[in-house]
Amino acid sequence: MKNLLLSIDDLSILLPEGSDREYAVQGASLKLHAGETVCVVGESGSGKSLTARAVMGLLPAPHVRVGSGAINFNGEDVTKVSLERLRGIRGSEISMIFQEPMTALNPVMSIGDQVDEIFRYHVSMSKKERAEKAIKLMEDVNLPDPHQIINAYPHELSGGQRQRAMIAMALALGPKILIADEPTTALDVTTQAQILELIKNMQKRLDTGVLFITHDFGVVADIADRVVVMQEGQIVETGTTKQVLNKPQHDYTKSLIAAIPKLNPRKARKRSDNIILKTDELSKSFGSGISFFGLGKAGREVKAVREVNVELRKGETLGIVGESGSGKSTLARCIIKLMESDQGQIELDGVDISKFNRKDMRSYRNRIQMVFQDPFASLNPRSRIGDIISQGPILQGVDKDTAHANTRELLDIVGLDHKSFDRFPHEFSGGQRQRIGIARALALKPDILVADEPVSALDVSIQAQILELLDKIRKQMDLSMLFITHDLRVASQVCDEVAVMQYGKVIEVGPTAKLFANPKHEYTKSLLAAIPGKDWHFSKIN
Amino acid sequence: MADFWSRYKRNRMAVLGLFIIVVILIMASTASLFYPEDPFRLVGRPLSAPLENGFLLGSDSLGRDVASGIVHGAKTSLLIGLIATLVSIFIGIFFGAFAGYYGGRLDDFLMRVTEIFQTIPSFIFAILLVAIMKPSISSVVIAIAVVSWPGVARLVRGEFLSLKNREFVQACHTLGMGDLRIMLREILPNCLSPIIVIGSLMVATAILIESGLAFLGLGDPNIMSWGFQIGAGRTMLRSAWWVCTFPGIAILITVLAINLVGEGLNDALNPRLKERQ
Repeated sequence: MKNLLLSIDDLSILLPEGSDREYAVQGASLKLHAGETVCVVGESGSGKSLTARAVMGLLPAPHVRVGSGAINFNGEDVTKVSLERLRGIRGSEISMIFQEPMTALNPVMSIGDQVDEIFRYHVSMSKKERAEKAIKLMEDVNLPDPHQIINAYPHELSGGQRQRAMIAMALALGPKILIADEPTTALDVTTQAQILELIKNMQKRLDTGVLFITHDFGVVADIADRVVVMQEGQIVETGTTKQVLNKPQHDYTKSLIAAIPKLNPRKARKRSDNIILKTDELSKSFGSGISFFGLGKAGREVKAVREVNVELRKGETLGIVGESGSGKSTLARCIIKLMESDQGQIELDGVDISKFNRKDMRSYRNRIQMVFQDPFASLNPRSRIGDIISQGPILQGVDKDTAHANTRELLDIVGLDHKSFDRFPHEFSGGQRQRIGIARALALKPDILVADEPVSALDVSIQAQILELLDKIRKQMDLSMLFITHDLRVASQVCDEVAVMQYGKVIEVGPTAKLFANPKHEYTKSLLAAIPGKDWHFSKIN
Repeated sequence: MADFWSRYKRNRMAVLGLFIIVVILIMASTASLFYPEDPFRLVGRPLSAPLENGFLLGSDSLGRDVASGIVHGAKTSLLIGLIATLVSIFIGIFFGAFAGYYGGRLDDFLMRVTEIFQTIPSFIFAILLVAIMKPSISSVVIAIAVVSWPGVARLVRGEFLSLKNREFVQACHTLGMGDLRIMLREILPNCLSPIIVIGSLMVATAILIESGLAFLGLGDPNIMSWGFQIGAGRTMLRSAWWVCTFPGIAILITVLAINLVGEGLNDALNPRLKERQ
């Protein structure tokens, strides 16, 4: 075993009084050696991020503080050292990268200046040396054209480039430990794969110990040497990656791994011939509007959706997959008429609804409904659940008593208590809110459900429950579903057919099993290759 | 509600402000009990000092009771402050809601109109309006409302702009809900908190404008007000200090109390400050 870098012993972190629980982290112990990657996995609220922050002395003081225990770093207890010493450790000996590189970088300073700052505060070097060093760093993390990147501001870089710049800064002084807090969660899968690769290479070269915080077992399978599983502030299982992923001991770990969507596509069913929804050469572009006096130059036009043809058959689920900016959400919003499309047709049961105005559309609203992504933004915080769900039918002319009775029935179907009827959204968890959103969409008894990333904001165990619920109601109500997602695992599990989008175009369509087994387009291939943990057969374990 | 009160009372000064306002309200509503006579009536020797000749706070150059004027003037000040604020909030919501919700050219048009009002110095504009309409309580209210709505419109527009793209509003669109209903039932309740806060502070400003107008002799000549009292006594500030001083203190305390309450409401209603302890 290489030398021990970090050892957290029996660490407890206190939450402010009046929180749901007393400890954010309770009795956590873990060790990190040089050249090793330890993944801390857990769902939201498990205390994994706070554990990492405690190592850097970055707890949100004064409300959250270390209660007991020690964090030993090279023979020093980080929880007890002076603030000055802590500043010396941060950056030069332990450094950190964050989830959202846009907010972690200073938007009004060029990348070069931000790199320069690190050297200025920690080591004495001449200005020229520092500038050379900065360019060298940019080269190390494979950023194209380092001389230009040095002078660029954060908003001029892509998400992946920003994260590369962050990694360059974090590793600038050759720290012994790198703490990565969900560094790839905000990135697309192909970018994620590249960043993981980069972290691995840098680690090998510098012999850094990496403490990697994530919620994604796919990522764990790809990069971890050892895994620590956390649940509600406690470490429930520790072991090598193989042990934990193949033979999980704790029930919680088992349930987490079982909840991961499998990559083996669902079996093809007998296909229906009844095409219920069809788009014909549908296009939508965004451009800056003309100002009041016609002044100002016209902005550049972005073609978000370009001549898209998709077909949804009755009782089936069509998945639209793609990375951010591929136009999949815009397509969904055009279909449900939240946006006007520019060209092309949308045929709903043979009727072209693309030119309908809002009044014409009103009588078609009960045919097609939507489930939104963010369970926290999609419910009006000032309305009661009962009103949120029953307002659709009431608008369509159903009388109030019937609508309320149906609402109670729907609450039952989506697995919520009758008492929820008179409650407000803030009293519910993310998963429960998503159930409410689904109930609202179902209240109008639609034929088609458009689901825009309905599970991407949820923890993996909740995600599995919601997917199950969607499948159940699809069967029960004979729904057809348009399922938008960036997650190929989810798509493989729920969709009968998948359409892959890139730059606003559908580049490949096909039955799920066929498309996953034998992708034709280069882009589809690269997407499939980038799925984290694809070589790991999670399905083996039960 | 209990939750709201527990957050509100964390701010001690706000509770003090609320207490003062309640006292002033009681004073205004019971004015005729303590001083049943018309405050314009000449009731004794002119320019009596406080506690002289049976005057609690002295009398002015014509022998009118200053204390009676303050008590009756409280009614005027609060009434004008409240009504003018309500009117301007109404106009502001109307402009802001349509501009923010529909955006585009309507937004441009409505905001340019708002800016025209914002570029004119508000007090001078108010003087102009009252002078044109001839001084009366309704013209003062209109003048104050006209000069103070643009702030509300800007605020409401901002709130609508950010709320209209939220998913719960989009969900209402997919249910086929009409625009007016979305604006009134879905979006407006979500921006009430900042409107209440800005409204409470506007009451204070309205009282100040009203006093200023009355001081310049542009108030309703038939209604006693604090600004009128100060205006009437300003020539004798050195010989009979009490004529100006007491109404001035009344304005000061009222405006201060309203500002404290506004601050307290902001603390209690602003979700970002809820964490702050």
